[in-house]
Amino acid sequence: MSSKARGLADLGNAFDDGALSNRNLIINGGMVIDQRNGGSAVTLTATEVYIADRWPVYETQTSVLSGQQNQGSVTPPDGFSNYMGYTSLAASTVSANNIHIFFHNIEGYNFAQAGWGTANAKPVTLSFWVRCSLTGSFGGSFVNHDQNRSYPFTYTVSAANTWEYKTITVAGDTAGTWKTNNQRGLNINWSLGTGSDYEGAEGAWVASNKFSAAEGTVDLIGTSGATWQITGVQLEVGDTATPFEHRSYGDELQRCKRFFEVTTLNDHTFSKYNSNSAYGNVSWEVEKRSAPTLTLTGDWKAYGSGQGAASVVNLYAQHEDTGSARLQIDNGSYSSYFVRQGTPTAGLILADAEL
Amino acid sequence: MDNMNITSAQYTTDMEGNNASIKATIDGTEMSVPLDPANRHYAEILRQVEAGELTIAEAD
Repeated sequence: MSSKARGLADLGNAFDDGALSNRNLIINGGMVIDQRNGGSAVTLTATEVYIADRWPVYETQTSVLSGQQNQGSVTPPDGFSNYMGYTSLAASTVSANNIHIFFHNIEGYNFAQAGWGTANAKPVTLSFWVRCSLTGSFGGSFVNHDQNRSYPFTYTVSAANTWEYKTITVAGDTAGTWKTNNQRGLNINWSLGTGSDYEGAEGAWVASNKFSAAEGTVDLIGTSGATWQITGVQLEVGDTATPFEHRSYGDELQRCKRFFEVTTLNDHTFSKYNSNSAYGNVSWEVEKRSAPTLTLTGDWKAYGSGQGAASVVNLYAQHEDTGSARLQIDNGSYSSYFVRQGTPTAGLILADAEL
Repeated sequence: MDNMNITSAQYTTDMEGNNASIKATIDGTEMSVPLDPANRHYAEILRQVEAGELTIAEAD
């Protein structure tokens, strides 16, 4: 079959499976959005670290990896301008109970169409571009919210430092509980170093939490200086991988903001409530999946109404919901305040509703 | 998964004095965590409390 005929056939299959648009259930699969770091390098010092939006790494051994959007400045695959890259910082031993995974969580509302956990469960097809300095068999898995249903898979890197396109089709799981609400509908993992406690046999559903396949024998973190890069990740319902669905930058950014958003409080007015406290409200640009966790970073400055600057004493969130948050400032001097970013580091509010 | 390093947790109250959120230090960063079971930080706080690994202090 010619490549054009092949493409038309794949498109027909995608139509039969229910979608010609919005096929890709992955958000930021092209790794174009990085609200947290703006493309800067990150050493992964915590157990769960987000670099590109919607793409965290979980690690039981911290500080064994560095990560960055477009790390190493290699040329991305044709049609892409960004990727995520990770480098192993040492030759680490992977113990039986160790987990190091790059992963993506799909919200249940978006994955419900696959019908997993029912007799009508549909297959899904994962496709992605990967480039690694090591060759061999790598592991990954599909996992449900409660981590008691897993499907380990493998993919093979044939040539070092070369972008390769991979596809994996999985039969839908007719058993188990799969969330169809605002919680984790599907968790997809790529192992960067997983111990035997969390490895399962590839190509079969198992009623436990497996984050990699036993047959996926390459652990990135086992080799000092080893690099692994990925982009063009797509998950679609059906048994056919179609070309990557490129969305506009603005569309992708809005989708990311359902899970994470950065905002400021410039010139927000706070109204005095009692002798020590004043309250102000901030609304999110995009309705969040759940009430978000708030982190206030940088420096802030408060100004009394019609008066001079006042110090910000204890600016913190007092209530959060999916649309807004009420913030409290403790400073007893003035009748009302307006608050703005201070110096030397501008104050920001990070609203995190990740899965 | 979700073994966050939570070193402190304390309720904050709303204007009526009800518990409204939790001020917590997670992986070395101070955060305000809403009392929403779908929030992953709150879910992990509840898990650690249930496991006897964490206590949430009452509001000041």
